[in-house]
Amino acid sequence: MSKDKNIQLSVEHYFFPKKCVQKERVKKDDSQEADFSLVIKAQLPNRGITAIYGPSGCGKTTLLRCIAGLEIAEQCQLSIGDIDLASLPTKHRQLGYVFQENRLFPHLSVDGNLEFSYKRRFSDNGPSKQQVIDWLDIETLLDRKPDQLSGGQKQRVSIARALLTAPRCLLLDEPLAGVDSKARNLILQHMKTVADNLKIPMVYVSHNLDEITRLADYLMIMDQGRLVADGALLDMLSRLDLDLTRQENAAVVLNTKIVGHDDHYSLTQLSLGLDLNLGSVGSCADTQLSVGRLCGEAGDTVRVRIPCRDVSIALEKPSQSSILNILSGAITDIELVDGARAIVKTDVLGQSILARITRKSLEHLALEKGKSVYLQIKTVALLSETLV
Amino acid sequence: MNLLDSDISALWLTLQLAAVTTAILMVVGAPLAWWLSRSTSRFASVIEATVALPLILPPTVIGFYLLIAFSPDNFLGSGWLALTGQPLAFTFSGLVVGSVIYSLPFVVQPLQSGFQHFDHKLLEAAETMGAGTLDRFINLIIPLTRRAFVTAALLGFAHTMGEFGVVLMIGGNIPGETQVLSIALYDHVEALDYQRAHWLAGGLLAFSFTLLILLYGFNRQHGVSKAGVKQL
Repeated sequence: MSKDKNIQLSVEHYFFPKKCVQKERVKKDDSQEADFSLVIKAQLPNRGITAIYGPSGCGKTTLLRCIAGLEIAEQCQLSIGDIDLASLPTKHRQLGYVFQENRLFPHLSVDGNLEFSYKRRFSDNGPSKQQVIDWLDIETLLDRKPDQLSGGQKQRVSIARALLTAPRCLLLDEPLAGVDSKARNLILQHMKTVADNLKIPMVYVSHNLDEITRLADYLMIMDQGRLVADGALLDMLSRLDLDLTRQENAAVVLNTKIVGHDDHYSLTQLSLGLDLNLGSVGSCADTQLSVGRLCGEAGDTVRVRIPCRDVSIALEKPSQSSILNILSGAITDIELVDGARAIVKTDVLGQSILARITRKSLEHLALEKGKSVYLQIKTVALLSETLV
Repeated sequence: MNLLDSDISALWLTLQLAAVTTAILMVVGAPLAWWLSRSTSRFASVIEATVALPLILPPTVIGFYLLIAFSPDNFLGSGWLALTGQPLAFTFSGLVVGSVIYSLPFVVQPLQSGFQHFDHKLLEAAETMGAGTLDRFINLIIPLTRRAFVTAALLGFAHTMGEFGVVLMIGGNIPGETQVLSIALYDHVEALDYQRAHWLAGGLLAFSFTLLILLYGFNRQHGVSKAGVKQL
């Protein structure tokens, strides 16, 4: 893993009260408190999608702008692989940037906008125009002007335009912020397609955890200009020391593989053990999930999301239950949320599932670390596949 | 034929002067207007005031000081003489220098206001695509503020066509060399040759009027809200 983490990033940026910007900033007067400071040191994976998550005003966008060179930080170190980018001006950093407000060129058609970036592409190794048009499904929009597009369409074009420069890395600043939920789902799917086809790292800034759980592989959490925690998304979502798991809609994400389909009941079996022998439908039901029939084939990876509030715990395997998804696992950690509730972290074939239960149940069942339990899972949301 | 050869050559000279002046003004005025539209320094208002001076100063005042500056005793005049072997005063080059200064605000001000309404965020986007300064200027700023460019060029051209006081002071009235239309017109009136004066005056009036109609027509067609300009 560590050899993949070769985006090195270290940024220090201070915002002083306006009136003393000109004098104090040069003198670096210690008595002058900065209005806001951004101090981030991180290593990011050089592949997949890294999400930067945090509340509004935590400096996410500023950090992204520093990476792109649009904001000049007091101190900035940035390298991707062996290439040092910090000393380069924006136009030579070869990073794609998708802005929150699309910033399409209004005097050019969609095709003109794409052509603008394609003509200036940094290398010939990037995707072709037709590929990008297909990935983002914008063929029918090519002749339109930006003011004839909906918000979602604009962002699709904007992503396509950024990809056509063949960037080293794609930076996305809340590209879905102004987009309605239907268009948002569509764009998330398109972005998945892009990520599957294009082997460049992407850094995705968002304050929407739902978007992140569907898209990201790696997660950086920021607050007030500082890095709170970072790690692989799946680990981060089950870390009990983070605020993420205490939120009302906290959920874990699991990577599963399609084991087989049950056409009679129109269900698909998913296995949590990714290396498991395929074709063993039903044989290890305690580590498999059933979901509505999917269109994928056996062996395909499916990402699912399980909300903590929809997982309950039993000591014996419930036999008379309408709940299909019952997994067996071992408790690895327990954390009290407040006086009434606790989160129980369990391990199922190396993947973590969280259950939020009452403190009363916790004591009643005498749950403790190491204990084997059964998890009853009420809902499994699919993040990466479409239902038939 | 009511126009004499001297009128034809005055017309030709005037058109040349206006064309050369406008070309220089577009090249000099665009970066200056861009800087003025963006700068927050106090120095910028001094420059802005200097640019606007020809709007209110009597042309004879500008002409007088230019005449002095053009003298071979002075740095501008002697420098030009050393560089080209020709004096500035009473030459076509001198007229161009005078016209550039005289018409500067007519070019800089429309450009400046066009640039002020330009959405600078688009430049950042272009920068991330590797577009350099000149690239961005030619492919984004000019097309998105073309209204301002057309206005600036037409006003600069028309205003130079009608120049009188400055030319009289620094160029005199040398037919074929420094005699422009407005001065030829003045000569005809002095000589009580009202018929030829009418031709020149009417011609200039019609020209200016047509130009302005074209300009405002163009501006109406390419309204502010259309493109590249922040919604006001």
